[in-house]
Amino acid sequence: MEIDFVIEKFILVIALFAISLLIAMYSTYAERKVAAFLQDRLGPDRAGPFGILQPLADGVKMFMKEEIIPANANKWLFMVGPGLAMLCACIGTAVIPWGQDMMVGDRLVKLQVTDINVGLLYIFGVISLGVYGVMIGGWASNNKYSLLSAIRAASQNISYEIAMGLSIIALLLVTNSLSLREIVSQQHGFNWNVWYQPLGFLIFMVCAFAETNRAPFDLPECEAELNGGYHMEYSSMKLGFYLFAEYINMFVSSTVMAALYFGGYNYPGMDYMAGLLGPTWAPLFGTAIFFLKIFAFIFFFMWVRWTIPRFRYDQLMSLGWKGLIPLAIANIVITGIVIALTNNF
Amino acid sequence: MGTSVFYFVATLSVIFALMVVFAKNPIHSVLYLILTFFTFTIHYVLLNAQFLAVVNFIVYMGAIMVLFLFVLMLLNLNKDNEPNKSALLKVVGIIAGGCLVVTLIGSLKSVAIANPLVLKNPNLGLVENLGKELFGPFMLPFELSSLLLLSAMVGAVLLTKKEEKANG
Repeated sequence: MEIDFVIEKFILVIALFAISLLIAMYSTYAERKVAAFLQDRLGPDRAGPFGILQPLADGVKMFMKEEIIPANANKWLFMVGPGLAMLCACIGTAVIPWGQDMMVGDRLVKLQVTDINVGLLYIFGVISLGVYGVMIGGWASNNKYSLLSAIRAASQNISYEIAMGLSIIALLLVTNSLSLREIVSQQHGFNWNVWYQPLGFLIFMVCAFAETNRAPFDLPECEAELNGGYHMEYSSMKLGFYLFAEYINMFVSSTVMAALYFGGYNYPGMDYMAGLLGPTWAPLFGTAIFFLKIFAFIFFFMWVRWTIPRFRYDQLMSLGWKGLIPLAIANIVITGIVIALTNNF
Repeated sequence: MGTSVFYFVATLSVIFALMVVFAKNPIHSVLYLILTFFTFTIHYVLLNAQFLAVVNFIVYMGAIMVLFLFVLMLLNLNKDNEPNKSALLKVVGIIAGGCLVVTLIGSLKSVAIANPLVLKNPNLGLVENLGKELFGPFMLPFELSSLLLLSAMVGAVLLTKKEEKANG
């Protein structure tokens, strides 16, 4: 029993890791294709049919390039930076419930690595830790643009974390649980949290854009002012790690948004499908639906990047502090009042 | 198993805490402090206080230390602008440090291995139980401490406002 459990979790962890990397890899391809589509171009189409081998070619290129560590950089921290960025990006998926319990043979397999009862806060913590990769790398490069970028990243993350935390509090008032497994299973069928928390979802999404340093909030790497910012001095796979970590972060935040607000593996008519497909395939079908939602969010991330111009830094700060935080607090108050009224009358 | 993990993590905390003091570079100090806080998080998990662990993780490691690092990066402290310490200051430092050592040795002499403290409710640290405890018997101190934080916040905002007036 014990050994079965370990093997089961081990397979799940390896699979999640592989899926995260694969999705991040193909997000780079998808990003270029989406950009091309929005700008009426073709995008990469040379490597393989429709250019689908392009990520492989890019990966080989990243590994083969010369690795340069600047003479005045802090060598040790220079290497820790990208590693930390990658680490924080990869550990977020551990608490996501990927599907309902699945029957394999006569074994009940949980499609979740671990269900800690503070899962939501764990994800929040991992996100808030992600900024250290950028800060340490930017500082260790010993370059003023990198340093400015590190400082920008720090203040941006801190500011948007507050609004994000406040929007999560409003969600907690609705769900009454911090366990992601519980939150997702409450949204059975079409009973998604986004119907109860539309404003909370909007705030959470804007903050997720800011936390992952995606356009229009990509001020830390703003190439017009900072020449790439924190990863300016990086080359070879260290640069690759930073870019990769951004795509994995995008995948994780899409997953979190789909799980918290859009029902995760739940979909309308799931009971009917469960009867049709049986206890082995129905949960897998739910997982496939979950991934469709995640891909939709990833596409949305890209769509926004190629549509909306970058913010100015003071605009970013005033949006975060004067726009989102008061809105999130109002959302908490309204949610609280509505819940109190519905419970008492 | 539990105690050996505890001793391992406790040794790490002490080592990292010492490194905070001994590191020459202030940025390194802060990074070691982050590692120290991380070991504290593990301690909380070992004590079955999951909520406290994760809050320590988010607030101390994820927010406060980011601000520390932010300020230190802005200040850009070098060896050149480190203030010169006079001989008198060094002597005073040695005396103060000696006093601390004497106190520590004195307190360590009377240390005996205490009976392990047994909690009445080992699951007290889980979110639900902790929340019920905080908003039940400890309602007043909890709310008072939040008022304290609020007044500190208002004070900080007030300070920035004053500076603006002086400039304009």
